[in-house]
Amino acid sequence: MNTNSKDNILQIKNLEKGFDQTTILNNLSLEVKKGEVVVILGPSGCGKSTLLRCINGLETIQNGEILLNGENIRESKQAMYAIRQKIGMVFQSYDLFPHMNILDNITLGPVKAQGRKKEEVRREAEQLLERVGLLDKVNAYPRQLSGGQKQRVAIVRALCMHPEIMLFDEVTAALDPEMVREVLDVMLELAKQGTTMLIVTHEMSFARAIADRIIFLDGGSIVEESEPEMFFTNPSTERARKFLDVFTFENVHNIETE
Amino acid sequence: MLQSAINVLFQGRNFIRLLEGLWITVRISLLSVLLSIILGILLGFIMTKKNPVIRVITKIYLEFVRIMPQLVLLFLVYFGLSKSLHINLSGEFSAILVFTIWGTAEMGDLVRGALESIPIHQYESGRALGLTEKQLYMNVILPQTFRRLIPQSMNLVTRMIKTTSLVVLIGVVEVVKVGQQIIEASRLTAPLAAIIIYTTIFFMYFIICFPLSKFAGRLEQRWKD
Repeated sequence: MNTNSKDNILQIKNLEKGFDQTTILNNLSLEVKKGEVVVILGPSGCGKSTLLRCINGLETIQNGEILLNGENIRESKQAMYAIRQKIGMVFQSYDLFPHMNILDNITLGPVKAQGRKKEEVRREAEQLLERVGLLDKVNAYPRQLSGGQKQRVAIVRALCMHPEIMLFDEVTAALDPEMVREVLDVMLELAKQGTTMLIVTHEMSFARAIADRIIFLDGGSIVEESEPEMFFTNPSTERARKFLDVFTFENVHNIETE
Repeated sequence: MLQSAINVLFQGRNFIRLLEGLWITVRISLLSVLLSIILGILLGFIMTKKNPVIRVITKIYLEFVRIMPQLVLLFLVYFGLSKSLHINLSGEFSAILVFTIWGTAEMGDLVRGALESIPIHQYESGRALGLTEKQLYMNVILPQTFRRLIPQSMNLVTRMIKTTSLVVLIGVVEVVKVGQQIIEASRLTAPLAAIIIYTTIFFMYFIICFPLSKFAGRLEQRWKD
């Protein structure tokens, strides 16, 4: 491990990923510092979600290296289990375990995978639930919760593992519009506390507000990498400009009056 | 007339004999069901494998058992084996063998269906928590699989219990056969005995099967997700 990568929590070197003939990720390199919030933007099918899934070892890779604190996540199967505990991931489909109540959903990982004491984990779970305003749901079942509430529980479930980095894969994409806010607020709160986060989202104003750095992906490689203000006001590539245009609309009524 | 028919039911050891016959029925069903569940769970796991050779073999097995009437299978094992290979199996053993072959195929397909109905996200979020494959299956996948299995497998179990009445035809003296013997013995003295005896047998099957489906229904309610 060289010295200049010391404060990098996550290092991705020349990552290649493909299915059969198609390339999903093409020679992608990325570094994330401790406490940094990186938002990954890009058109659908550009490989954003696949990138997150590779980092968590849910996808196989063809080439390259993914290092967490300098440790290769693909060293061995055993190492993979240990490293996944240090990487929290929240998915688009709020996938709590339907047969367990909220508390058991949250404590399963810490108790089974990390071998921590149930009582200690329960206290922490309750504290975290209180922070996201869901302490009263501790004994409820996932089916009794709204989408936004489930997603907040999913975030707590990941946090309770004490991850060193959190991955968010379009966590608001499947939510009703009025529930998006409550989930994003939890993420903003985490960012303020200095949680290292890697976020894939389609919420542009949220990305602008939360990101320390924007990564724009297209065709499986990084096309642009810049500060959020820079990216949204004056993107340096034509591809990014076109992508951002999709999110602005012409005002129909103004055209009529002209 | 009816009174004398009812008397037949309690004449001598008749009622006890019916219960003994019922015990044979229950014993055959219980053993076949137990074996089918154990082997069916194993088969179900095997059936989820993508290997084309495994797929074809399990598919042929399942279709063969489904298409073949259970009675034909019983005759094949009981008479067929003794005629062609000189293997003489007892009626009860043949029955358990056939019902296990049938039950395993059906149960295997149910387990396969239940396993495949668990969304991929459940596996992924379990893995993302750092669970090992064993922890994932024990805590996340199997509990959900069993919950989904309950209604259909209980249906299969009651079907198997009812179908054991076919074993009369390979000479096993179970509850229906005992009933027929009692009816035959008293057909001149009490011609209405048939109604009483068969009604009694109906209630015997009902008493066994009804609590099972009731129990399954309650589990299903409790585990609804």
